[in-house]
Amino acid sequence: MTASAPALSASVAALEAAFGAAMLRHAVSCGDTIVWVDRAAAHDVLAWLRSTPGQEFNYLTDVTAVEYRDPEHPLEVVYQLRSLSRRADLRVKVSLDKAQPLEVDSVWDLWKGADWLEREVYDMFGVVFQGHPDLRRILMWDTYAEGHPLRKDFPLRGHFTRAEQTRQALAANPEAHYSMDELSIAEAYDEVPEDMKRRLAKGERGHVR
Amino acid sequence: MGVSRSEAAGARNAELAGVSPNWLTTRVDFLTNWARANSLWPMPFGTACCAIEFMATAAGRFDLARFGMERMSFSPRQADVLICAGRLPFKLAPIIRRIWDQMPQPKWCISMGACASSGGVFDNYAMVQGIDTIVPVDVYVPGCPPRPEGLIYGIMLLQKKIKGETIADPTLRDEHLLDARGLFLPPARIDELSEPFGNSVHQTRSA
Repeated sequence: MTASAPALSASVAALEAAFGAAMLRHAVSCGDTIVWVDRAAAHDVLAWLRSTPGQEFNYLTDVTAVEYRDPEHPLEVVYQLRSLSRRADLRVKVSLDKAQPLEVDSVWDLWKGADWLEREVYDMFGVVFQGHPDLRRILMWDTYAEGHPLRKDFPLRGHFTRAEQTRQALAANPEAHYSMDELSIAEAYDEVPEDMKRRLAKGERGHVR
Repeated sequence: MGVSRSEAAGARNAELAGVSPNWLTTRVDFLTNWARANSLWPMPFGTACCAIEFMATAAGRFDLARFGMERMSFSPRQADVLICAGRLPFKLAPIIRRIWDQMPQPKWCISMGACASSGGVFDNYAMVQGIDTIVPVDVYVPGCPPRPEGLIYGIMLLQKKIKGETIADPTLRDEHLLDARGLFLPPARIDELSEPFGNSVHQTRSA
């Protein structure tokens, strides 16, 4: 590759014109443009990027998070955006101070594909996505009690002894991983048998109306 | 359910405790063991790359059917030998335990590969460090993954073990049900079995 100036995405100038101080900084890494956005404005910025003509980032490739080894460094939630019509990419990062509650607005209302991606970030890092319709663990089971495994303060082998981990794993109900929505029985609740109603009413998966 | 089953097993074991090996039991043993060893129906519990080798074992070139295993039993209720082929995450632990509980006696278990036997390279928060902390294992097949010859050798070892069984042994058909703690081994034994070994010992629990 020739040593030319890094190709900054044209979206950055447009974002700075539209949002000003909410755009914290930007960088180009390996040809990809990264913008850091203030947490309070993140949802507005992402909504603007999705629906503004000329931006049209209509595909959310990934939502993930990074926690750095340096404990002073904030945890970052990463949104990888793609415009299918313009064939352009943009990476948006939101920094979360680890001394504060890890909360950010959900983008589920913008891209429905964010549903499971945000659940995975919640499961692995403990970031709470406000406004997410069904924020539960997705990889670990519902009763997993050891915390969020990809955090830097999480020991490689977990907090509990192997015997306690085995005991808790064996005590988990393998059929309790589905929400009412996934089972498609929320609407049919009045028609299910009495014993199933009793089991559902225990609330081990989701809520019964 | 669990209590009544273990009570029934206890009554049967008490009945058999008075039987000492004699000409009759050894003849009956020979016949039943010959039949059992040569008609093992496997319950494949394939979770990873070992399952690919297991499929190769069952396919034409290695032809597991030569050993009386031409029928893969995808229902635990018609299976004799549980073959755990691959690493077992904690999330699957209650599932393999339920499959094992659903299998009728007589039943055996083969732990195929390094991960099923010891956790393998996955000495981390998510992985069971050997399925022998979840279900009782008869034969461990080492390898990552084992070649089909390795698995067949493990199966032949199991057949040899079956041919050595006797109805005079009261512990033979012990169900090893989960106890009041929800484990089938003492916790200290599980911790001991799950201890890091090999390169893992250089990584402390807090790392």
